[in-house]
Formats: sequence, structure tokens, C-alpha cells
Amino acid sequence: MSQERLHTISLFVANKPGVLLRVTIVFARRGFNIESLVVSTAFDGRYSRMTITAKGADKDLDQIVKQLGKLVDVIDSKDNSEVSALERELALIKVQVSQKERQELLQVVDHFKSKTIDITDDSIIIEVSGGSDKISAFIDLMSPYQVIELVRSGKMVMQRGLQKEV
Amino acid sequence: MTKKSQTAAKSLMDALEKLGVEYIFGYPGGAAMPIFDALYDSKIKLILVRHEQGATHMADGYARATGKPGVCLVTSGPGATNTVTGLLTAQMDSVPLIVISGQTISPMLGKDAFQEADVFGITAPTVKHSYLVKSPNDVPRVVKESFHIATTGRPGTVVIDMPKDVSSAECAVTFDEAQMDLPGYEASPTYDFSNIAAMAKLIQASEKPLLLVGHGAIISKASKEVLALAETLQAPVVTTKLGKGVIPETHSLALGMLGMHGTVVANRAVAGCDMIFSIGSRWDDRITPADISKFCPGATKLHIDVDPAEINKIVMPDCSIVADAKQALKKLIPKIKPLKTKAWLDYLNKERKKHPLSYKIHGGLKAQHVIDELWIQTKGDALVTTDVGQHQMWAAQFYRNNKSNGWISSGGAGTMGYGVPSAIGAQLGCPNDTVLSISGDGGFQMMMCELATAFIHKLPIKFVVIDNKYLGMVRQWQELFFDDRLSGVDLEGNPDFVKLAEAFGIKGIRIKRPADVKKKIKEALDYKDGPILIHAEVVKQDNVFPMIPAGGAASDMLIERPKKKMAKPKGST
Repeated sequence: MSQERLHTISLFVANKPGVLLRVTIVFARRGFNIESLVVSTAFDGRYSRMTITAKGADKDLDQIVKQLGKLVDVIDSKDNSEVSALERELALIKVQVSQKERQELLQVVDHFKSKTIDITDDSIIIEVSGGSDKISAFIDLMSPYQVIELVRSGKMVMQRGLQKEV
Repeated sequence: MTKKSQTAAKSLMDALEKLGVEYIFGYPGGAAMPIFDALYDSKIKLILVRHEQGATHMADGYARATGKPGVCLVTSGPGATNTVTGLLTAQMDSVPLIVISGQTISPMLGKDAFQEADVFGITAPTVKHSYLVKSPNDVPRVVKESFHIATTGRPGTVVIDMPKDVSSAECAVTFDEAQMDLPGYEASPTYDFSNIAAMAKLIQASEKPLLLVGHGAIISKASKEVLALAETLQAPVVTTKLGKGVIPETHSLALGMLGMHGTVVANRAVAGCDMIFSIGSRWDDRITPADISKFCPGATKLHIDVDPAEINKIVMPDCSIVADAKQALKKLIPKIKPLKTKAWLDYLNKERKKHPLSYKIHGGLKAQHVIDELWIQTKGDALVTTDVGQHQMWAAQFYRNNKSNGWISSGGAGTMGYGVPSAIGAQLGCPNDTVLSISGDGGFQMMMCELATAFIHKLPIKFVVIDNKYLGMVRQWQELFFDDRLSGVDLEGNPDFVKLAEAFGIKGIRIKRPADVKKKIKEALDYKDGPILIHAEVVKQDNVFPMIPAGGAASDMLIERPKKKMAKPKGST
């Protein structure tokens, strides 16, 4: 029960200054680290969607989700860990690569259905998207190479079917 | 119809007037000057305080005594930061409090202007909601929303930070035109009562029931329903510190306060019950052990709370209802029948007789004696405010409140300095009640500047200073758990509080001998010409018992001072 695991929390909030501060305080006051955070304006520009991943025991996260739900600017708060929701993440990886290694690397890129978005004489930028596990697996495969820079978008989730935004 | 244009500060006052605000507790400064200027023409009375923390506790005391929201007005920077303790105090105890703060002009925000502080950021963890007002036309809506948020659901605090250029600009929107826009806030949600029948069934299975009633029941004005439930079931009632007075504490089913310094019988009931039913209590760490599995082991646990985040937070109840306590009890009461509790009540009454709260009248003046006499002479009908520490626990034990608004004390935050200003707010809100402000010598000195406020308004408050020349509660812990190594608790050098009162123009009387208690308290209660201060010089070495060391279970209760050395408690403070 008290085992820590990664939770994906989805928030639908008012698109106003200060909302992110209120949300992060709920995590920070108990010393919880936010592993990833995606915030963007919703289809209706008065609102924003936040997707937050954080590690913790189920009971603590349940409490956090309830406390987030209490915030006046939060319209909806839920833990998507148990729900069958689509998850996507995007990563950009810049790899230093010699002419010799290039072919082998491009095969990996192809296998992961990712793509190169920039190629120079000695570097490649790769764009990979998919579930967070896939991204992590891809990044592991890059470890033999000289990774110059890595940016991950953080996890985005969306529920299947005709569920309304809220 | 042409609209009469006016400043946003004037619109703010209009809104406050329309919302029925009688008093603003405030202290001026540069960034708040347009608002104070608007206040000049308003019907709302300004109570000019001596420290902004005092303003917040006055507004808090006013709110607890009247059930109406309290309003503060302060300036930017240090004026606003001085309200943080008061905000925390009110928010932790679910008190509707609104703090309006002046702020530097909008173009200077974030540029380290004179008396600039990030008030939105600094206060964020202590509020239910807050605003940094960017447009003068937002003011009527913001005020409307603030009062709505502060007073509905689980009440709490709201900060309105208002830059000076915004408060002095023209506002074209009237209060009546302003529409609230709170898509994320459900003030009175459609509560789900589907568990009522299941809850009634679990109650009906109990032979040793116990009602645990907290502040939520008082906020929801559910006294009548709690009493009806207890009397119908013939179930005993224990209250949290902030639940005191929800039913008269002299009622035969009332066992008093439970927890760390609760009565023996209340804690015996917790240890022995087979069903515990929390009505508006959050099972906080003053009443539950650190190891929650030791709390009422084997007992069925039921919970009603208006705040869904309180369910499963500490205790995992067998059945819970998220709802206003009064509404839930109204639905529950018709579904329950009397329980066979005679044996249970007999046992508890025996425990009550065996271990009454007591003190010795001889051997120097005791704080308990003073408080007990205050209770006797006011018949339990006074509004009592306190600070935090030994005197507070003795007051909780010996002042048996009759009224549900009669106990005004900082529960969650444990704020020293609360007693004096909250009494001023309570007396302003309830001018016909007797208000007793009971403080220790430590807490009293934190906010004694507000004696000036009480004097100016000729408020007939009885300020009682229980002076043992120690920070007694900390000393008690050092004696019991830290090998009597007294560190930072000696208040030798206290002022002569009678002379101090006189310096403020307030009558002061001193009690030193047990034999004088009755006469002097009568003298103080009979005094109607403004405030009076009672300086009770009590014995230095007394400690509060019963006591459950922090983190301990009801079965770990110490009824009197232990003979052997105690291990350091594991619970929080």
C-alpha cells in the first residue's frame, strides 16, 4: 500500500496567473518532487490543462488529488494512473555521431518510428514520440553514443471515447 | 441611466457595506491610503489596531463569535506580512477571514518598490483563495467572490491584494452588476447522502457508541442535531478543543474534551468504545496517536465532514459522508433508534467520578482555581478567548461552555498572542455577552499593545493574565521529557501587569491568594466601565494533567505526574 509509484495527475484549471503556484504548493509542502509537468491552454482558452507526474504512495497521492480539487481555480482533478488513458510524450535528442556510427544510429531511429529533424557533419537531432516507457527505452539505447542534449516534453494524457474535457 | 463613476476604493467600500460588514480591523500605510480615504465616507466602522496581527485575530474572534466573516485592511509590505500568522490561524480553524492589503502601483510590481512584498506568493499557503487585482472594474466581482468563498463550504481565508493605482482608478461596474465567475468552486455541492442508511445500520450495531464532535459541527450550527442524536442514541459525546460548547458541557452525556489534555473519562471512552462517530472533526494529531492503528482499535469508525479531503486523511472510516454536518444529521436522526448503552454509560460515569478534573485550593494560587471561579460566576455563558499553553488547557478543562460560540481559541495553528485581540473582536461582535480573555503571561505580552484598542472603544472585556512567570507548557515538557533541563522558558522580569493596565488607562486588579479569588472575580465581573485586567499571580510549578504524551494512544494517558523518567514522545510537538 505504502509503496511509491509514479502517478499521472490531470488537472483542468482556470487559465489565470498564480494557478501554477497554488498547484505546486500542494506538492512542495509535503516535500514531493514533480517529475514532469505539462501546461497548455485548453481548447476553450479560459482554461488550461495540466498534466503532472509525481512519485508517491497511493494514499498520499489520493490526498494530493483531493487537495488539488479543493483549490478554487481547479475545475477538475484526477489521478489517471488507474484509468486507461492515452499517454504521449515527445523528446528531442541531440547526439554527436561520426560518419561511421551514423548508419547504425539511423536504423535505431527507424525502428522506433522516430525521425531525424536535423543532421550536420557530426550531429543528429532526433524526434521521438510515444509512451513514456518507449521514450525511456529509446534514450537508453542512445547511451553508447555521445548525447549532447535531451529535452522531454513531459507526459500528456487524454482519455479515450466521448468524455468531455470536464 | 448614466452611471456615477467612482474610484475602485469607493466601490470596495460599497461592496463591503452591501455585504453587511460592520467593522474593518485595520492599520493604514502608503499603499492603502486610497482605501482608507474611501473608508472616511463609509458607514463601516474602522477599528484602528496597534499591530496588523492584532487586526487579523480581532477579525477572527469577531467571525467565531458572530458567524459572520471578519474583515481586515492593511497596507503593503510589512503591513501585509504581519497578517500571515492571523491568516494561518484562521485558515487552519476554518474561520471566514478576509484580508485586504494595499500594494505598490502595478507598474512597480516585482521591481522592489518601497514597501513591496509578494503578498500573493507569501500568503498563498495560508489562504483558501487570493486575488491580485489588476483592473479597477474587477473590484466588485472580486469582493463578491471573496465573501462567497470565505463563508461557504469549509470556510476559510481570502486575501485581496490591491495595487494603489487600481484602488485609485475609476471603477465603472456596480456591485449589483458584478457576476461571480468561479467555475472551479462549488459552494453548496449536491451532497451525496446515499450512505445514510449504511451509517445508521453501523450505529445501530453499537453497544459502546461515542460521538466525537468537532468545530465543523459548530460552523454548521448543528448543536441541536448533535444533542438530538446523542440523546436519542443515549450515546456519550466527547469534543475536540474547538468542538467545546457544541452541546452544553454540563450535560450528562458530555464527557468533555478528548485527547492530549482531555478528561480521563473522555479518553477512557475513546479507548473503550466499539463505534466512534466523528462529526466535523479532522482526527488531528492532538487526539489521535502517531500509530493510527492504535486509535480506537476494533471500533467502527464513521465520519461526516464537509471537506472531501478530510476523508481517509488520517483515519480510514468504515463509512463516511461528505456533507454539511447539520444536513447530514437531519437525515440520519429519523433513521436511528435508542441503543442499549446503560452498562457503557455506567462504566463511564464511574470513571468520571473516580477521576474528576481537580486542583488543590491550598498551597498557593492555582490557575485552575481562577478559571473554575470564572466559570462558576459567569455560569458557563461567557465567550472565552485564550492564548496557547497551560492556561489554555486549564481553561478548556475548567471552563465548561454552554454556548457553541463560547470557546474562541487557536486550535490548529496554536497561535500565541491570539487571546487579547480575539476578545476585542468577539466583544465588538457580541456587545451583550461577557467576554473573558484568558492568557498566559507569555501570549499576553505578544499582543498586549491591543489593550489600547480595547480601552479606546471602552469594551468591557475581562483580561485575565495567568502569570506563572514561565512559558509553562514548554517547561512542563522539559520537566517530563528533557531531564528538567529548562531552556528558554523563564519569564522572570515580567512587567507588573496591574501597572501596565493602568498605563493604558485600564483598571487592573491583582489576585495573589486563593482566599481572594471569589471576591476579586466578582469585582471584575461587576465592573462595567470599560475593560478590566486581572493579574493572577499563580504558583510557578504547576503542570497540566491528564496528559497523553504526543503521539500516544488514549491508553497511554498519564493521570498525574509520573514518578519515573519518561521517554521523549514520538508525535509531532
